[in-house]
Amino acid sequence: MAVDPKEKIARRVAQELKEGDLVNLGIGLPTLVANYIPKGVHVFFQSENGIIGMGPEPEKGFENKDLTNAGAGFVTALPGAMTFDSAFSFAMIRGGHLDVTVLGGLQVDKEGHLANWMIPGKMIPGMGGAMDLVTGAKRVIVAMTHTARGEPKIVKKCTLPLTSIRRVDLIVTELAVIRPTDEGLVLEEIAEETTLEEVLKLTEAKLIVSENLKRF
Amino acid sequence: MFLKGGMNLKVISFDEAVEFVKPGSTVMIGGFLGVGTPEGMIDKIVEKGIGNLTIIANDTAFEDRGVGKLVKNKLCKKVIVSHIGTNPETQRQMIAGELEVELVPQGTLAERIRAGGAGLGGILTPTGVGTVVENGKQVIEIEGKKYLLELPLKADIALIKAKKCDYYGNLVYNFTAENFNPLMAMAAEIVIVEVEEIVPVGALAPNEIRTPGVLVDYVVVSQGVK
Repeated sequence: MAVDPKEKIARRVAQELKEGDLVNLGIGLPTLVANYIPKGVHVFFQSENGIIGMGPEPEKGFENKDLTNAGAGFVTALPGAMTFDSAFSFAMIRGGHLDVTVLGGLQVDKEGHLANWMIPGKMIPGMGGAMDLVTGAKRVIVAMTHTARGEPKIVKKCTLPLTSIRRVDLIVTELAVIRPTDEGLVLEEIAEETTLEEVLKLTEAKLIVSENLKRF
Repeated sequence: MFLKGGMNLKVISFDEAVEFVKPGSTVMIGGFLGVGTPEGMIDKIVEKGIGNLTIIANDTAFEDRGVGKLVKNKLCKKVIVSHIGTNPETQRQMIAGELEVELVPQGTLAERIRAGGAGLGGILTPTGVGTVVENGKQVIEIEGKKYLLELPLKADIALIKAKKCDYYGNLVYNFTAENFNPLMAMAAEIVIVEVEEIVPVGALAPNEIRTPGVLVDYVVVSQGVK
């Protein structure tokens, strides 16, 4: 049975979340992570537009026009939630109070630097909250497909403008789990559906294969 | 000068409200992708065709929503925002050289507006160090860590949105519709709030009020909640 790459990534990232974590999920693929939180683990979701304790999309008819996520999608507030202004929201993010941020990526390089906010001349959405999130969160997890149109996204050096010079903590793709370290990018896990050869072929940056290479 | 709210709060019409917005004004507009945005006042600016504006807002929302409507109707000369990805028209005008876009990281934007209203000469943030955001900015090292000096933002007028107010202009926001609104209420010469409801003085609990009425000059009441 074919595995949906996005689901594969989201399921693996969800395993990284721990009881009590304050977590910010980026728009798009990272949002899916919320669907796969391990049973018994309770985390608090923050959305940078001003809420801690964000819950899932409401049932149809129960939407509140003023209760939304950072993509303007309708959400709910779980019991114990709090809403606040943008300066407070980013003080939480920048000030090191956010345990984990999960963000999409366009490129990550061997230094663990992330580029995810623009393709000069083509796509200029702006950085939104991404620069603050990568700079300030305790842990930064990049959740992205391994390649884009067959081209590696894990590269020797980012050719796209960087989001931050802070090294990200973990890269999760549908093929691999990679940890940037002082020594370089350590390949810690490969997907059940792939081979080591394929992962190495589809990665431009040099990978240090862990002695305990695992499957996921 | 205009008397700030409190006992002098005036409830005015949408027509009267946008008379304070002049061609070429610098205008802060609250909201996050149109959530917590004073849509009624934006519609009125579009209707009157007041242009050449510099807009300070989180984003340019969508072509048919929030600040996006001002962009679509070519009423902006410059936008200072963190995100334009949901509005292709902003990107088109920027690439065509019709609109100047200053992209600011969202947390930095919030702090620059806060600094503008809080009497600060700027803020130091690690966000953007070593990226294109650093270009042209002073880098200041404190205890071995690098920060960018980001300067305060102020505006001629702030158009903000609240759920309700009392007749002193005390504001209560609704969930995530708060966002940039309370920050902007402190950073502009004239502050006009669009509310869904005005309640008597005393009807709001002191601890639910997020912006004191003394900061608010005028109130307009939404005609029907969208």
